[in-house]
Amino acid sequence: MITVKNIFKVFDKTTILNNISASFKKGKTNLIIGQSGSGKTVLLKCLLGLHVPEKGEIFFGDESLIDMKEKQRRMLRQEMGIVFQGSALFDSMNVEENIMFPLKMFTNNNDEEILDRVNEVIKRVNLTNSNYKMPSELSGGMQKRVAIARAIVMNPKFLFCDEPNSGLDPKTSILIDNLIQEITKEYNITTVINTHDMNSVMEIGENIIFLQNGKKEWEGSNLDIFDTDNKPFIDFVYSSEILKKARKALKNSKADL
Amino acid sequence: MLQKVFGKFTKWSVLRTLIFKDIEVLIIGSLGIVSVISFFVGGVVAIQTALNLSNPLIPRNLIGYATRQSVILEFAPTFMSIIMAGKVGSYITSSIGTMRVTEQIDALEVMGINTYNYLIFPKIIALLLYPFVITLSMFLGILGGYVASVTGGLCSSAIFIEGLQLDFNPFHIQYAFIKTTLFSFFLATVPAFHGYYLKGGALQVGKASTTSFVWTSVVIILANFIITQLILA
Repeated sequence: MITVKNIFKVFDKTTILNNISASFKKGKTNLIIGQSGSGKTVLLKCLLGLHVPEKGEIFFGDESLIDMKEKQRRMLRQEMGIVFQGSALFDSMNVEENIMFPLKMFTNNNDEEILDRVNEVIKRVNLTNSNYKMPSELSGGMQKRVAIARAIVMNPKFLFCDEPNSGLDPKTSILIDNLIQEITKEYNITTVINTHDMNSVMEIGENIIFLQNGKKEWEGSNLDIFDTDNKPFIDFVYSSEILKKARKALKNSKADL
Repeated sequence: MLQKVFGKFTKWSVLRTLIFKDIEVLIIGSLGIVSVISFFVGGVVAIQTALNLSNPLIPRNLIGYATRQSVILEFAPTFMSIIMAGKVGSYITSSIGTMRVTEQIDALEVMGINTYNYLIFPKIIALLLYPFVITLSMFLGILGGYVASVTGGLCSSAIFIEGLQLDFNPFHIQYAFIKTTLFSFFLATVPAFHGYYLKGGALQVGKASTTSFVWTSVVIILANFIITQLILA
């Protein structure tokens, strides 16, 4: 579990994160949602330790990320898997080399053990027969699968995904979302997903944190969405007139019942 | 940046692979262009020297002498390094810069890897072989001068070789290699700096490559002046 307590982050005198507190639960898909510029990516980068907040605390289990020494932080990072927005696959390596990279860097396993584990995760993300393809030869969805495979190859405790379905068609997006959710359950890990995709919110939003202008405006699950009266959140979720009408109709039908 | 490059080291088995890969790209991949340029520029130096020797009192062996001195002292170490700043330097900047804009460096950092050491150290080590490239450049430059002189009827083979051996000071070779080694360090670090600290997108990668070429050339020229003052003056 990851706990964030009252964090503030300021860039060039502009407060990007304003007193954010939240819990990201183990075995669940935790979503950070909000409009572009709401502070989602900065919050994610704070969790990854790439940004240091001016105030507040971030706990991984019982350990404070901010108070950790460099060595402890490096050890913690080896327990994290990250799927970047653009996949961030290493251009000079093929699929197999990309996935085996963390194993080669951080384990003393022999080549055979490494290859077995790589093939295991390749199979898990449904990417068989692509071992020797270069990232440039893969579709967007396949690149995301490779990024997920690389993120889970070390059996991480925490999985972070920055807009995992950006640039993907709706069908592939849902496949990727479901894959992430399945992996979260299977490995019983804490997954944090940064997204503004409403399909993802409805499909896998077990614990949702909604940010607006750097503040947490709402927290709940995809099941709570229809019942909330939080205006900024409703404006974000029901951004089109069609959705607003659908919500109204749903509320009326509930009232009739 | 340099402190971090020599900071926490990447696992040796990974680093070794990177070093060999960089040797292949930066050193072996440069041999073709270095050979062609050196051979023909050596030939041009010989021809121009010969064409300026109109006074019959000046011996023809000066062609070999001038070719040797020009190639060993300046052309091979300094001007070849500026050409390499364009070839090797822009490769380093664009490859590291592309990794920066596509979040590959972020991915490495989040894994807990010292990205300075992982990305820059192998290039510094690979470019330690750069003096061998310059040795080849010296040899081919002089050979180009010889071929141009003999086949062009500017002087005989014996006279050219006599000029090559005339008043030879072995310290000039040492001087050339001292500055070549220093330039190899600049060739690895200045472009790496521009790539690593790049901000923006694809357009900035192109701009950073140009900027890194300019700065590497300026640093090489200034260092050349200072070293020459310190060693030869």
